[in-house]
Amino acid sequence: MAQDKLADAFVEFDRVQKSYDGENLVVKDLNLFMPKGEFLTMLGPSGSGKTTCLMMLAGFETATHGDIRLDGQSINNIPPHKRGIGMVFQNYALFPHMTVAENLSFPLEVRKMGKSDREAKVKRALDMVQMGAFGGRRPAQLSGGQQQRIALARALVFEPELVLMDEPLGALDKQLRETLQFEITKLAHDLGITVVYVTHDQTEALTMSDRVAVFDDGRIQQLAPPDRLYEEPENSFVAQFIGENNTLEGVVKEISGDKCLVQLDGGELIDAKPVNVTAAGDRTRVSIRPERVEYNKDRLSPDAHTLNAEVLEFIYMGDIFRTRLKVAGTDEFVIKTRNAPDVERLKPGQSIEIGWLPEDCRALDA
Amino acid sequence: MTDSTMTPDEHRRADEAATGPMLAADGRPLKVSLNRALRRQKLRAMLLIAPLLIFVLVTFIAPIADMLFRSIENQIVSDTLPRTTSELATWDAETGEIPPPEVFDALFKDMFIATERKAHTRLGSRLNYELTGVSSLFRKSGRRVDDMGEVYQDQFEDLNDFWKDGENWSALMGSDAWRSSMSDWDGKDGRSAPAFEPRSDVASTLPETVAIYREFVDFVLSEDDNPLAEDPWAVVYAALYEDLANGADVSAVSGAGAAELLEAEAAASNFETVDYTAAFADVDKDWHSIEVWQTIQTYSPDFTSGYFLNAVDMQKTPDGPAMRPDNERIYIKLFIRTMFMSLVITGSCILLGYPVAWILANLPARTANLLMILVLLPFWTSLLVRTSAWKVMLQQQGVVNDTLVWLGIVADDSRLALINNQTGTIIAMTHILLPFMILPLYSVMKTIPPSYLRAAKSLGATNWTAFWRVYFPQSVPGIGAGSILVFILAIGYYITPEIVGGTTGTFISNRIAYHISSSLNWGLAAALGAILLAFVLGLYWAYDKIVGIDNVKLGG
Repeated sequence: MAQDKLADAFVEFDRVQKSYDGENLVVKDLNLFMPKGEFLTMLGPSGSGKTTCLMMLAGFETATHGDIRLDGQSINNIPPHKRGIGMVFQNYALFPHMTVAENLSFPLEVRKMGKSDREAKVKRALDMVQMGAFGGRRPAQLSGGQQQRIALARALVFEPELVLMDEPLGALDKQLRETLQFEITKLAHDLGITVVYVTHDQTEALTMSDRVAVFDDGRIQQLAPPDRLYEEPENSFVAQFIGENNTLEGVVKEISGDKCLVQLDGGELIDAKPVNVTAAGDRTRVSIRPERVEYNKDRLSPDAHTLNAEVLEFIYMGDIFRTRLKVAGTDEFVIKTRNAPDVERLKPGQSIEIGWLPEDCRALDA
Repeated sequence: MTDSTMTPDEHRRADEAATGPMLAADGRPLKVSLNRALRRQKLRAMLLIAPLLIFVLVTFIAPIADMLFRSIENQIVSDTLPRTTSELATWDAETGEIPPPEVFDALFKDMFIATERKAHTRLGSRLNYELTGVSSLFRKSGRRVDDMGEVYQDQFEDLNDFWKDGENWSALMGSDAWRSSMSDWDGKDGRSAPAFEPRSDVASTLPETVAIYREFVDFVLSEDDNPLAEDPWAVVYAALYEDLANGADVSAVSGAGAAELLEAEAAASNFETVDYTAAFADVDKDWHSIEVWQTIQTYSPDFTSGYFLNAVDMQKTPDGPAMRPDNERIYIKLFIRTMFMSLVITGSCILLGYPVAWILANLPARTANLLMILVLLPFWTSLLVRTSAWKVMLQQQGVVNDTLVWLGIVADDSRLALINNQTGTIIAMTHILLPFMILPLYSVMKTIPPSYLRAAKSLGATNWTAFWRVYFPQSVPGIGAGSILVFILAIGYYITPEIVGGTTGTFISNRIAYHISSSLNWGLAAALGAILLAFVLGLYWAYDKIVGIDNVKLGG
């Protein structure tokens, strides 16, 4: 899959490794190819190596091994200021001793641009983020959201083709974050720039990106568009990390095509879709999304395997109901149901039978 | 203005205008209630700082205020020569004439009393600051003034033995009440002696005699002797003669000594008189120099600007303040040198301290702490030891010169003069004051996140541009704080310039110390100190105006 993307790749990580202390690898054998204009998010828990990758791309860290290429050219030995990559920092990094306009003008000044050109570009960039009236203010006089808009404008004002964003919305409140998420994606697509976006917020990753690279332990665990990432996680780390997820452990009994039978540790049998189990006898961890669990028998196929469950807790959340069940030895099995007039509201203590379509239950690595 | 266009603030003010000030629940104005609630807290806080406040007031503020007061205080002249200065007030030096005989009469009395009190040498030293030679003039006159008075004493005593006896004098001068309480007084129990009270008839007839006698009594008491028995000063006889010559009606006096007074009055017209004008010229011809009298007159007022003028190389002249002759000007040069060298020291501290602070701020905490100890290490050694070490290092046969000669950089016969000059002072003081620059710089740099530099570089700035345009401006508050500290410390530094400065590398503070401990011209020392203080405060004010004192960060 990687090979066929090489031809039109804009950003390439080719077998990149990074170690700080010479003993542990923070980034292990990273291969990543991005076409021009893509919005790619690096998602992962802290310490997973995603920020290190971003810093290597920006030039603030050097790769211990491997090649990073930008538009076909190796940039390993190019200092950061010559890479022409825009960057937005988590704490905005707006220069506090300069006004907003001076901040925006800075990258143009160091590029020796004429005064009138500079002013025109600064104005355009400020208008682009709806901050046209704030040119004379100092960063300290702006709110967090406004500062982030300015930081964004500053990273875009010198028209880079690649913009890196390091958890830019991490310090903002939820509502502002959602507004800015939308604005950033819209800007990126309107301008046709390539964006590498680092975050540990999966909602952000899912809503903004063309593709998401899930990092863990110095490797990309899965690189896929948001919908595939959520619906078809390739391993149990991704399944756990993206969205809410129920896991049950067991052993594969038999595999037949894209269906398999799993015997849970408690002895129950369930249907699942084999993803990275290869043969009967493999230990597996099956993953079911809470909203794909059914307890209305009419909707299940007649030969589906079902499990007995006891309702522990019923939470009314407005648009959905969230119910916690005791299933196959675990107390943490959650199901979500849409709040519709025909849906039964379960009560704690009630016994029900649950089941699912085999393709919604993925048998992953143990 | 309609309601919809009013800001919340205007609403509030409008409400207030309508209903008066905001009221608390009990109906009192809210501000009053708030103040009452806060008063206890304020009082408690005050009590906590009270010990320090009192300590600072007593040991710091008060002595400094007293010292600064000395820079204008000048009561010594009018205290020591009260009669002379008041007579001299009407004298005009412009006429080119020496003062009239009344002034010399007064000078005799003042000088006699001052000599008895041994105050004349102090005044002599004081006036010597203004005019060289006055000190010896006063000392010489003090020795001879006794002889002048004895002319009258001898004639009175020759006339009648009555005048030889101190007892007769006290009976003539003092009231009965005073004499009886005086003889009862034994000086025990810490009771003070009864104040002298003249006989009323004598007081009105012989005012001058009584006045001088009063001073005599005060002096005798201060010596713990008995004024009833002590023989009076010669100047008392002179005063008596003066009163008699002025036509005192001694018939008004009755009681003890009345007869002798009548006799003396009759004889006085034939007494040999003393011309004090000539007598003082006889002692020293300087008493007929206009300059001496001008100096006394100029410094008669209780307060003088003389010390301050002196401190800026000026002097008082009849035409007002004027610059001193070129060869007597030293203080302005010293002030300028102090400023200049302090600036150089501050500058070299910035140059040397900035990189160190930068490294400290960017190293991992463990290494930074270790290096910080090295920076602080000098604080743990005595200032004298450090300065003396520089003496060893910098002298002609010292470590630095030896190394340079060994390396062949300087020839053996042209070793560098690194000490006992400005170079020595600058090197040693830069070393000693360096921590005061590094610490504030470090604490400011510590607060500058590295992401600023990264941001600048990502925006296309080279390392230098990123530093100069982004990092440096943010470290300016640290430079400001460090510079203020170092400059103010340097400007008042004393020990180091004293030890390594030689003659060309000393500061104004060394001169102040000299006047405090050697020449004992405290007034001038105080004036120099006051100018230095004003200068530092002025710089501080200017700094606040230009850079803003808010921009000074001494710590995180």
